[in-house]
Amino acid sequence: MTKVTLIKAGGTDAPAKKPEHPPSLYEKRHQIYPKLAHGKFRSFKWLVMAVTLGIYYLIPWIRWPRGEGIPDQAVLADFAGEKFYFFFFEIWPQEIYYLGGLLILGALALFLVTSLFGRVWCGYTCPQTVWTDLYIWVERAFEGDRAARMRLDKSPMSFNKAWRKIGKHIVWLLIAFLTGGAFILYWHDAPTIARTFFTGEAPLTAYFFAGILTFTTYALAGTMREQVCTYLCPWPRIQGALTDEHALNVTYRYDRGEPRGPHRKDQSWEGRGDCIDCKQCVQVCPVGIDIRDGAQLECIHCALCIDACDDMMKKVGRPTGLIAYDTDVAVQARACGQKPRYKLLRTRTVLYAILIAAISLLMMWGYSAKSTYEFNVLKDRSPPFIRLSDGRIRNGYTLKLVNKSTDIRTVAVSVEGLPEAEFEIIGLGSAPDGGSMELTADAHGVDRYRLLVTAPSEGLPARTTLTVQIKDAETGEIAEADAPFTSGDR
Amino acid sequence: MTDHKRDIDEVSGVETTGHSWDGIKELNNPLPRWWLYVFYGSIVWAIGYMIVMPAIPALPGMGMTNTRGIAGHSDRAEVAKEVEKLHTERAAAASQLVGASLEQIENDLSLQQFALAMGESAFGDNCATCHGAGGRGAKGYPMLADDIWLWDGTLEGIETTLRHGIRHTEDPDTRRNTMPAFGRDGMLTPREIDDLVEYVLDLSGREADQAAVSRAAPIYATQCVTCHGADGKGNRQLGAPNLTDHEWLFGGEPRDIQQTIYSARNAHMPAWQGRLDDPTIKALAVYVHSLGGGEK
Repeated sequence: MTKVTLIKAGGTDAPAKKPEHPPSLYEKRHQIYPKLAHGKFRSFKWLVMAVTLGIYYLIPWIRWPRGEGIPDQAVLADFAGEKFYFFFFEIWPQEIYYLGGLLILGALALFLVTSLFGRVWCGYTCPQTVWTDLYIWVERAFEGDRAARMRLDKSPMSFNKAWRKIGKHIVWLLIAFLTGGAFILYWHDAPTIARTFFTGEAPLTAYFFAGILTFTTYALAGTMREQVCTYLCPWPRIQGALTDEHALNVTYRYDRGEPRGPHRKDQSWEGRGDCIDCKQCVQVCPVGIDIRDGAQLECIHCALCIDACDDMMKKVGRPTGLIAYDTDVAVQARACGQKPRYKLLRTRTVLYAILIAAISLLMMWGYSAKSTYEFNVLKDRSPPFIRLSDGRIRNGYTLKLVNKSTDIRTVAVSVEGLPEAEFEIIGLGSAPDGGSMELTADAHGVDRYRLLVTAPSEGLPARTTLTVQIKDAETGEIAEADAPFTSGDR
Repeated sequence: MTDHKRDIDEVSGVETTGHSWDGIKELNNPLPRWWLYVFYGSIVWAIGYMIVMPAIPALPGMGMTNTRGIAGHSDRAEVAKEVEKLHTERAAAASQLVGASLEQIENDLSLQQFALAMGESAFGDNCATCHGAGGRGAKGYPMLADDIWLWDGTLEGIETTLRHGIRHTEDPDTRRNTMPAFGRDGMLTPREIDDLVEYVLDLSGREADQAAVSRAAPIYATQCVTCHGADGKGNRQLGAPNLTDHEWLFGGEPRDIQQTIYSARNAHMPAWQGRLDDPTIKALAVYVHSLGGGEK
C-alpha cells in the first residue's frame, strides 16, 4: 500500500495552520463551488442521472394487470393488502425473506463492484449524488459556473443577486416536492393518489411522507451535499474494508505527474512530471478535495477530475490519463520502473461473484417452486388429545390456508396416516368414509378452519403423524402439511 | 491527560486528544457547526420534553408517582382510548354476531372465523383460569373439549350455561341441582357409603367387591336412581353425571367417590351475562363448541 496521508476535511488549498487556542468548537463549512467538467465521464454521469431519475419518477406509472380490487400497478408496496408487487413478482408478508434476499444480493453486488472498480455506486448512482448533481445543475443555470457563483456570493445584495437566489430555491423546492410526491406513488395506486393528494382526500401518512421527503431532498441535495457523504453516510467508512490495492479507483498517477509545477509553452518536459498544478481537478470536485493527495475518505470517485485533467493534458499536448481509474499496485510498480500487473480476479471478487450467483439461483429456484397455496396445520396444544365417551380419541387442529391466486378456489381436503380415522370440519360437517371434503379458499387471502380428527383407540400408538392434504379441484395442485396425532401421555 | 501541554499532530497541524494507542493518536478536529447545533437543540428539546411530558419519577413528597407534565399525557388514557377504538371498530362485526343465530355463525365462514378469534381471546381472559387452556379441564372443572356434557353440549345449551352459570345464586335462570351430602347430613352411614362406592365402581365396569355391590343395590335404588338413573347413565335434564363412563369430574378413585357421596360437591360457575357483552358470549359459545366435543 502507498503511504496515505489523512487530509483535514475541507482543507482545500489553504496550508494547515496551527489552531489558535482555545480551539473553536465547530468548523465552519467551506462552501464548495464545483466547476462544470466536460468529457466522457461527465457525459456518462448525465446519462446515468437521466436513467435513474427516469426510473424513480416513471416506474409507479407503469400499469400491470392485477386481479379484482388490486391496483393495476407494476411496482407497488400495498400496505393495506399486505403485499408487495414487482412486475410478475408478488411477495406476501410470510415471504418477506425474498426481500431479505434482495437486500443481501444488493449488498453483495455493492461489495463486488467496490472491490473491482471502487466507489462507482457513490460516484454515479447513489441518490445523494444524482440529486446533488441535479441541484448543482439548477444552481449553475441560475447563478452561472464556479467563478460567477463565487463572485455572486461575495457581492452585496442586489436585485440581480436576489432573483437568482430566489429563483434557484423555488426550483429546488419544486424538484424536492416532486421527489417527495413521487415517493408516495409507490405505496398507493399512482393515478388515484396523484389526484386525491391535491383534493385533500389522501391519507395523512401520504402528506406526512411527501413532506418529509420534500424536506430531506431540499436539505440534503441543496444545502448539505458533500457533508452527507462525509459525516452522515457509513459507506465511506466501510470502504477501507471493501477496496484494496488491486481495486480500480480514481487515482492520480504520481509516477507520471511528479514533480509537479507550472509549465510554460516553450519549456521542455524533461526532468519534470506532467502535472502542471492547474488545480482544475480540485475545482471540478464536488466534495472539494485534491485527488493528488491520494485515496481519501471524502472522495466519491465520480471521475470528474479525470475529465478535467484530460482536458488540460490535451491542451498542453501530453497524453491523457494522468488521473485515471487505476490501482495502487500499478502506480507503485510504475514508480519503481516495473510493468504494472492488474488482478481483477482475486479471492474476494471471485467469492463475491460465486455468492451472488448462488443466492440468485437459490432465490429464482425458490420463487419458481412457489405454490398457489400455503398450508399449515396447527395442532391444539391443550388438551393434547380428547377421549370421547365412546372411548375414541380425538385431536383438534386449526387449518390455515393461504390462497395466493386472485380467484376463489375450491380444494378437497383429505387426511392420511390413520386409516380408521374420520374427520370433520366445523361448519361444514363430516367427511364421508375415507373421503375428502371440499373447502372454498378465499381469493388472495387467508382462511382458518377447525378440523377434528377422531380415531378408535385400539392399537393406536401414543404418537403418529397425520398428513393433511389439499388438492385444487381444477388444477390438481397439491399442498400438504404434517401434524402429530397424539393419544396418550408419553 | 495529566500534563496540560497541548499535543499537536505534526502532519496535519491539528491538536490531538493526547490519548495514544500503539503510537496512534486521535486528532481532535472540531465538529461541524450544524452538528453541534443539533446537539444543543436536542438538549433544549429534552428540557422542554421533561416539562411537557411525564418524566421524573418518585420525587420527594410525590410518593411513588411521577411528574405529570403540562400536556397531561398519560399512557393509561392512551390505552383506554385505543381499547375504545377497538370496540367501535369491532362494533359492525359484533352486531352481526348478535343478529345471527349460533348455527348461522358456525356455518358462515367469515363470521365463524371472527367468532373463534374473539372467543379464543375472551376464553383466555375469563374461562381458562378454571377450565384450562383449550378447555382442558381440571379436577372439579369440567373438560370442555370432549363430548361428555353435564347439562347440554349444543350451541344453545353452552350459551345458556355461559349466560346464567351453574348454581349461581344471583341468577334465577341458573342451572341448578343439589346432590345431598349423604354422610355429612347423616342420611347414610359410612358403611353404606363405602358399599355405594363399590356399586359405582361396578357401574363403570371397574373392579368391585360384588358382596358390597349387592348390599348397596337397594340403597342406590332408593337414594340415587332419581337423578342418576337405574343404569347409572345420569340425566342431562338435571345435570346429573353419567356414572358409567371414564370421566370423573372430582376424581374416580374410591376415596374421591366416597368423598363425593359423603359431602357432595355442588360446584359453582358464575353467570357471565352482564359481565361480558352479548357478542362476546356468543363468540365464546361458538369457540367452546368448536373445541372438539360440541353437539349438534
